[in-house]
Amino acid sequence: MTAQAQAATATQASTQPAAGKVKVATIWLDGCSGCHMSFLDMDERLVELAEKIEIVFSPFVDAKTLPSQVDVGIIEGSISNEEDEHKARLFRDRCKLLVSLGDCAVNGNVPAMRNPFKLETVYERAYLENVNVNQQIPTDGVPALLKTVRPVHGVVDVDVFIPGCPPSADTIHTILSDLIEGRTPEPIKVTRFGA
Amino acid sequence: MPINAPPPSVRVVTLRIDGLDLSAREDETIIEVCRENKIPIPSLCWMDGLSVVGACRLCMVEVTGQNRLLAACATRVAEGMEVTTDSEKLRRYRRTLVELLFAERNHVCSVCVSNGHCELQWLAEACGVDHVRMPYRNAGYGVDSSHEMFRVDHNRCVLCTRCVRVCDEIEGAHTWDLMGRGSDCQVITDLARPWGESDTCTSCGKCVQVCPTGALVKQGTSVGEMVKDQHFLPILARRRSAR
Ligand code: SF4
Ligand code: SF4
Repeated sequence: MTAQAQAATATQASTQPAAGKVKVATIWLDGCSGCHMSFLDMDERLVELAEKIEIVFSPFVDAKTLPSQVDVGIIEGSISNEEDEHKARLFRDRCKLLVSLGDCAVNGNVPAMRNPFKLETVYERAYLENVNVNQQIPTDGVPALLKTVRPVHGVVDVDVFIPGCPPSADTIHTILSDLIEGRTPEPIKVTRFGA
Repeated sequence: MPINAPPPSVRVVTLRIDGLDLSAREDETIIEVCRENKIPIPSLCWMDGLSVVGACRLCMVEVTGQNRLLAACATRVAEGMEVTTDSEKLRRYRRTLVELLFAERNHVCSVCVSNGHCELQWLAEACGVDHVRMPYRNAGYGVDSSHEMFRVDHNRCVLCTRCVRVCDEIEGAHTWDLMGRGSDCQVITDLARPWGESDTCTSCGKCVQVCPTGALVKQGTSVGEMVKDQHFLPILARRRSAR
């Protein structure tokens, strides 16, 4: 099945939730949170959206655990460490439709600019060379960095890709509305890499 | 006499492109006829005013009776030719070609001086590239900022050779060339010496203006500030061939 067909089928599934509202979860992996800020930039349209969707897990809300069944999962940020990878897999397992939001999630973007360098060099640069006080490479309580930063679809299947750094509020609104109404979104008509 | 009237020795042929009946001079290529008639075909290495290399393969078209695809920039029109510029198969190939360009080097659009004014970005939009399906190569390439006015960032080069051709054919300096093969291939100045030490470069800036991406840019530009102006090229090229 093509990604679009998948998206269409998954969308249909997502538009018939038992409880009426579309359950949406969002997560912030290796990104700058700009995509989440852009989401908030929908301003008063958020009020109208709130009547159609319920945010069940997100940096925007208090919920601490991802419910076992979500209609639309939105991922900001690339997969840069073990925890990112684990969270992306969890989202894939529990979300009927998975959306990569923003260039970091879609193509690695700025986080992936470390890829041409060796991991040790990256650690040294960040935690030793550019630090004056308390130079040390953190190992306790932080997830290990992966050798290469990957886009989300480098780890799990993704249904909808929304490039942009960050995608504008209008772009997010258009595509989210398409998904809620059961239309197949066409992100490339409203955004692009680096937009 | 209108400027474009064919010289008496050149015949006019009739052909069909995407179901449209058109006439063209027999010495024209398919892409030239398409551009004149506003039939969109994506292209990257081709440029009005430069010689043809047929390197990027984005302008591939279907020609009835041919069992392979032909590059529209490198194929002359012929009497009775039937051309298809847009089909499911062509769209699939073009999309894949653009994705491969993104996967090969490090085009990080969000921090590029050419962001918003880049032909590779436009091609991605036109070909429906909202993500790249193949793994990125993640190989690092060099940046040469030794020239006092310009900079070359090989991470963003798509090896279209427009710079090589404009410098040789229009400016007459031949500063640029290609070195290496496959993924090691890169553009070089003066036998791979730093651009700033070049004896041949006249600092005219033509290569910077024709470069489709953020590979050749002016020093001192920040994200999205490098806007290129290519209007000079067809004018200079026509003056040159009229001499
Ligand atoms: S600035 Fe002019 S002379 Fe120098 S490399 Fe570019 S096209 Fe050639
Ligand atoms: S530097 Fe620019 S013009 Fe020259 S080959 Fe690379 S992309 Fe083409």
